[in-house]
Amino acid sequence: MKICVLVKEVPDAAVEKRIDPSTGRMDRSGERNLNPYDTHAIEAAMQIREGGAVEVDEIVAVTMGPATATRALQKAVSLGADRSLHLSDDALAGSDVAATGYALSKALESESPDLVLLGQQSDDGECYTIGAVVADHLKMPSLTQVIKMDVSGDGLTCERQAEYGYDTVQISLPAVISVGDAINEPRYPSLKAIMGAKKKPLDTKSAGDLGIDASLVGADGSRVQCGDFHDPPAKAAGQIIEDDDTDETVQKIVAWLDERKLI
Amino acid sequence: MPDILTYVLHYGGAFNKNSLGAVSEGAKQAAAIGGSCHAVVVGGDDLTDELCKTLGNYGATKVFRAKGPEGLAQPVVDAMAKIIEENGHSYALFGGGLLGFEIGAGLAARRHAGVTMEVINIKADDGKLVAERPILQDSKISDSHYRGDLGIIIGRINAFEVGQPSSDEAEVVDVDVEFSPWSSQAKMVKRGEQRGADVDIEGADVLVAGGRGLGKAEGFELAEELAKAFGGSAAVAATRAVVDAGWYPYAAQIGQTGKTVSPKLYLAAGISGAIQHKVGMQSSENIVAINKDANAPIFEFSDLGIVGDLNKIMPKLTEAIKAKKG
Ligand SMILES: Cc1cc2nc3c(=O)[nH]c(=O)nc-3n(C[C@H](O)[C@H](O)[C@H](O)COP(=O)(O)OP(=O)(O)OC[C@H]3O[C@@H](n4cnc5c(N)ncnc54)[C@H](O)[C@@H]3O)c2cc1C
Ligand SMILES: Nc1ncnc2c1ncn2[C@@H]1O[C@H](COP(=O)(O)O)[C@@H](O)[C@H]1O
Repeated sequence: MKICVLVKEVPDAAVEKRIDPSTGRMDRSGERNLNPYDTHAIEAAMQIREGGAVEVDEIVAVTMGPATATRALQKAVSLGADRSLHLSDDALAGSDVAATGYALSKALESESPDLVLLGQQSDDGECYTIGAVVADHLKMPSLTQVIKMDVSGDGLTCERQAEYGYDTVQISLPAVISVGDAINEPRYPSLKAIMGAKKKPLDTKSAGDLGIDASLVGADGSRVQCGDFHDPPAKAAGQIIEDDDTDETVQKIVAWLDERKLI
Repeated sequence: MPDILTYVLHYGGAFNKNSLGAVSEGAKQAAAIGGSCHAVVVGGDDLTDELCKTLGNYGATKVFRAKGPEGLAQPVVDAMAKIIEENGHSYALFGGGLLGFEIGAGLAARRHAGVTMEVINIKADDGKLVAERPILQDSKISDSHYRGDLGIIIGRINAFEVGQPSSDEAEVVDVDVEFSPWSSQAKMVKRGEQRGADVDIEGADVLVAGGRGLGKAEGFELAEELAKAFGGSAAVAATRAVVDAGWYPYAAQIGQTGKTVSPKLYLAAGISGAIQHKVGMQSSENIVAINKDANAPIFEFSDLGIVGDLNKIMPKLTEAIKAKKG
């Protein structure tokens, strides 16, 4: 079985995110890191490999992004992927969710995976939906937000929370699954794995290499145009108490609640 | 005609409240751009004529009904793609939740359409719809303009209000859908399982909500003690993170795939304030947050924020409230 894991490079959570006023796009400069939610997808792949129910031949990390995104791939490899595929092309810049999903599906198609795993959301995109886009292009069954996954022969038994409670769904392979962060506790990479990551094979492909239709990607190929960024209605800032002396803090909270007749 | 097709989710013989909100919103926007609002339902025999007609109460003039599996996104993508192809709808609208995201995204792929999620407001501009979506942890709002034949709008939960029902009835049209092979490769084994005790939190005036910061299942005792100290109708609520982990019952979960509440007091302990949680509690009258991380997003929308360790603060707060009540 071959597993592809979609990973993304995102701004480090500690860095303030902003829109670049000159381009109207997310400012993607500054500290960047592997999307933390994607480490759960890599860990899920590793647990399938180590679980022994099926033979995993290869785990391939796949990303679409600028040149710097190779760092996210190296991190993914240090966490267990055997090699990685980097889809990088200026023509892809400014792609919306649908265009990104299409481009990624072409990259995945070139790998013919039995299972595609993704994170539950990207820290900067916050769409939770790339998996559903990719699956439709690949003509594979799909489920998002999966928190338990049992693999057997040619199928998966998945559990996830939807709007009426927990659902259990049986899915046949090949399939596209986005995993929720409750599915596992990702391991830390060993120093040896971090050092070795740079030596693992990394393929860089252009849009043309993968047969991506240029009219369907990039800012021009996207069917959604975002702009007119504005501020939400201003909300009065709340009061903040730093807890230095807990007895005092508690007194202040009680006074605050009492003033509002909440006790 | 710029018609709008809304997906309506149902469960246990009743329509989803967010879907009804989407129908009301769809009817309003259709009127603004000179089209009609239609609905699509996919399911079994519980989708009776009587039930489907009631979508007219919220402004749908026509309901497309397809027989198919429930609770899965891809069969609905097949149904909507076919209906849109045959009827030329200009927009597809969803009330949010989880399935709406999956269906909307799948439909975007199938129909090569633009999609915007987490939409909180729709504006009609010169016969077209523009979707407003908060970005960057809700610190900015971005306007989505659509190009091409179809625009897909996925609302944030509770963004679209359910309108006052009228006595209008919708026309019900059956559609035969041939499902894609991959749509039949996922099978629902068990749906809507309620994990954990059946607690009732919706009537509570005071909710003490706990998140991953409580550390472990036993950490919820701190929240329960504090709720008890408030007395009356105080109860304990939770985030998805801790419900998924099995620390607290699903019935107590607040947020996108849980409950929406607006108590007099919402006291959040060890909760980061993710958007999917926020959408279920932001209309609470007073929000108090205890979090050890001064940068936690929850402080952006709390009325009183305490930066500190909940393990130190909660027991003392419980004692102080008990003492105050005497
Ligand atoms: C499609 C989708 C649907 C979702 N639906 C929901 C939903 O319905 N409801 C929901 O809640 N979430 C939902 N989520 C998940 C959501 O995105 C967050 O992951 C979740 O709300 C986080 O829960 P948390 O705040 O308990 O955990 P975390 O985000 O891990 O936050 C824990 C917080 O505790 C603080 N903390 C730790 N230790 C202490 C201490 N000793 N004292 C004080 N503070 C401490 C930390 O600083 C941190 O801020 C959904 C996600 C997706 C993608
Ligand atoms: N540019 C990208 N390259 C590779 N994977 C991506 C990319 N964007 C999103 N993903 C994957 O899709 C998941 C969900 O992202 P999103 O739909 O943007 O919230 C992420 O956790 C990643 O696994």
